[in-house]
Amino acid sequence: MGVDIRNKLAKRAAEEIQNGMVVNLGIGIPSLVPNHLKKGVNVIFHAENGITGMGQSPIKGEEDKNLCNAGGFPVTLNIGGSYCDSAVSFGMIRSGKIDITILGSLQVSQKGDLANWIVPGKKVPGMGGAMELAQKAKKVIVLMNHCDKHGRSKIVKECTMPLTSRECVDLIITELAVFQVTEEGLLLTEIFAQGNLEDVVNKTQCEFAISENLKEIPY
Amino acid sequence: MENPFGKIATLEKAMEFFHDGMTLMFGGFGGVGTPPGLIDGILEKGIRNLTLIGNDTGFPHIGIGKLVSQERAKKVIASHIGSNPFAGQFMHEGKLEVEFSPQGILAERIRAGGVGLPGILSDIGKDIELVAGDKQRVVLNGKEYLVEEALTAEVSIVFAKKADEYGNLIYDKSARNTNPLVAMAGTITIAEVEEIVPLGTLDAEEIITPGVFVDYIIPTKGVNWKWAWE
Repeated sequence: MGVDIRNKLAKRAAEEIQNGMVVNLGIGIPSLVPNHLKKGVNVIFHAENGITGMGQSPIKGEEDKNLCNAGGFPVTLNIGGSYCDSAVSFGMIRSGKIDITILGSLQVSQKGDLANWIVPGKKVPGMGGAMELAQKAKKVIVLMNHCDKHGRSKIVKECTMPLTSRECVDLIITELAVFQVTEEGLLLTEIFAQGNLEDVVNKTQCEFAISENLKEIPY
Repeated sequence: MENPFGKIATLEKAMEFFHDGMTLMFGGFGGVGTPPGLIDGILEKGIRNLTLIGNDTGFPHIGIGKLVSQERAKKVIASHIGSNPFAGQFMHEGKLEVEFSPQGILAERIRAGGVGLPGILSDIGKDIELVAGDKQRVVLNGKEYLVEEALTAEVSIVFAKKADEYGNLIYDKSARNTNPLVAMAGTITIAEVEEIVPLGTLDAEEIITPGVFVDYIIPTKGVNWKWAWE
């Protein structure tokens, strides 16, 4: 996925974040989200390894080897931020203090099942903190390519890959469109500019409803 | 430096507690907060067939990853092995047994082991086969939970910023991570520290790990690996 598209997804995800929210970002495209927050939106970024109030990357040469995000890259601490141990950090997650988690995924089903921790026969990296985040964050947003590298839809009727968590995803943002996961299944709410509905239908494996207020995202 | 509790030790003394086939718990997250001197000591002593318990398997040349990539472990209990390709390779080759535990549940299992509880009740992954397996289930107030067993180890190793002569510890920023939990769960706990200070020097309100959990303190020579971001 090109940089422009990655930023497009991150920008759309950033619109979900409101002032004062506690947000946990996965690695990859989700890590671009802070660059797209509107001015005046104060967000408490949470990292699983025990940072609440995580700030931006430090400038080169000012990295602190003992201040890294969960992906192992140097970060900073914002004013008012704090450190805690892993049990407390996941205590925040399990007790519902995380307003939004933004993750990547391999597949998402029409019911909101998330499969993002094992590529069968290839890679078993482990779930890390993804199960707790997916199961317990108030809102779970997935940013991903609409199709895999073989052109197969990653939005599916039933996940064929091992699940991370069942019925947990609230919003799916791909380079083509935005879907809400509702009790009746998927609802297409937005299409990115230069896209068209036919393309979304063709590239989505499962059926979905189309919002009466279907919008075009201008960027 | 006085040594009124006999806890301040050399790496050589600490190495007496390590032997083949032991269970070893380590602090750290992606190598951040993992004690470098103790890891090298274990490597140099030639310890093998370790059961390692900790957040992840580090990177091949970083943290606990050194022991994994040099085939010193027979089993790991961790939440993530993705940053150390050797862990995945050895697992597929049948040379390394891997038990995955969701990250926060792993932390709580370690905490439980350290605070005298036999296990915890958890709903994380209870409908996910790879987590639930054949774990015992308990119904409490009408809801079903998995019983997740507590974890302890023969030796726990942690990395701290400062220790006083009693082993009261404070950590450095995100290098705290699993260390305070791991420190509680070892039959013997060894803290490798950047600085050893006299009793009374640490602010009692700031101490994260009370020295009662720490058996030995050794001074560190610092991290001797290059970080992935460097």
